[in-house]
Amino acid sequence: MQTFRSIVFTALAAGLLVGLVTTLVHQVGVVPLILEAETYEAAEAVPAAAHSHSHDQGHGHDTAAASSPEHHHDAKAWTPQDGWERTLFTALADVLTSTGFALLMSSAFVLVRRRLSWREGLLWGLAGFTVFSLAPSLGLPPELPGMAAGDLMARQMWWIGTAMATALGLTLIASRRSGRTIALAAILLAAPHIIGAPAAPAEESGVPMALWSEFVIVALASSLVSWLALGSITAAFHRRLFA
Amino acid sequence: MSSLLQRTLPTNEAISLIGGSTTVRDRLLPAFFAAMLGCLIVGMTGFAHIEAVHNAAHDTRHANGFPCH
Repeated sequence: MQTFRSIVFTALAAGLLVGLVTTLVHQVGVVPLILEAETYEAAEAVPAAAHSHSHDQGHGHDTAAASSPEHHHDAKAWTPQDGWERTLFTALADVLTSTGFALLMSSAFVLVRRRLSWREGLLWGLAGFTVFSLAPSLGLPPELPGMAAGDLMARQMWWIGTAMATALGLTLIASRRSGRTIALAAILLAAPHIIGAPAAPAEESGVPMALWSEFVIVALASSLVSWLALGSITAAFHRRLFA
Repeated sequence: MSSLLQRTLPTNEAISLIGGSTTVRDRLLPAFFAAMLGCLIVGMTGFAHIEAVHNAAHDTRHANGFPCH
């Protein structure tokens, strides 16, 4: 129970701090691009309103629903007001997400029986970035609102599978030296990309390519900053609480 | 003599078997449950299909490259 409590305290402290850093990075770098994309999405939604009945079916059960700009498609569902309310909920989601990832990282520290310095934590942050950001983005690059995409459930499954295979592959490389293990790790790292992510329907979206490519770079760079902060700060708190 | 001792005196492993393995109890279980809690939280902010949760965490989902919409 003591160990569990220490992991949770580590994650709460690190999650709050990293979440605030992430919020700052997101608000400065990523959110302006999302807001700009939404202006194109809104412009496109007007002619699309004629067949809006397909939107009521919820998220992408068929290609038509998945490919249409279905953002804000359910008028009944609660949505934070643009402005401070939206920013506040994004900050809350950033803190919660960071706390969740910090729980995973602190648990991993316990499993490998390591109390790391914050510098070693940077390496773990790099691994987290590779597992949860870089590898999934090779098949499913970060998307802007209003972009055409494949079935949501299939993309989520591929994303989670890719993260798990990459995590296992990196763990094998870090823990064993034998050639056979390295070969298995290479297969695990490559498999999701050989299988391939669910394809987006070949359909023009109203979002300009230039805006999207800028978004992909800024989103990945913000992720890298967040993960480096998460690795080093979680390692520092973990070291203190597991003294 | 030494084999007799081994048979009669409880070894560390035997002790830990009697009391439930300390490794499992002190490290594996807490780490497992904490990791599950972490997955649950990330699953909620990044993957839940509930419309209101999606809307609240919308910008975080896009920024993290979680599949959205």
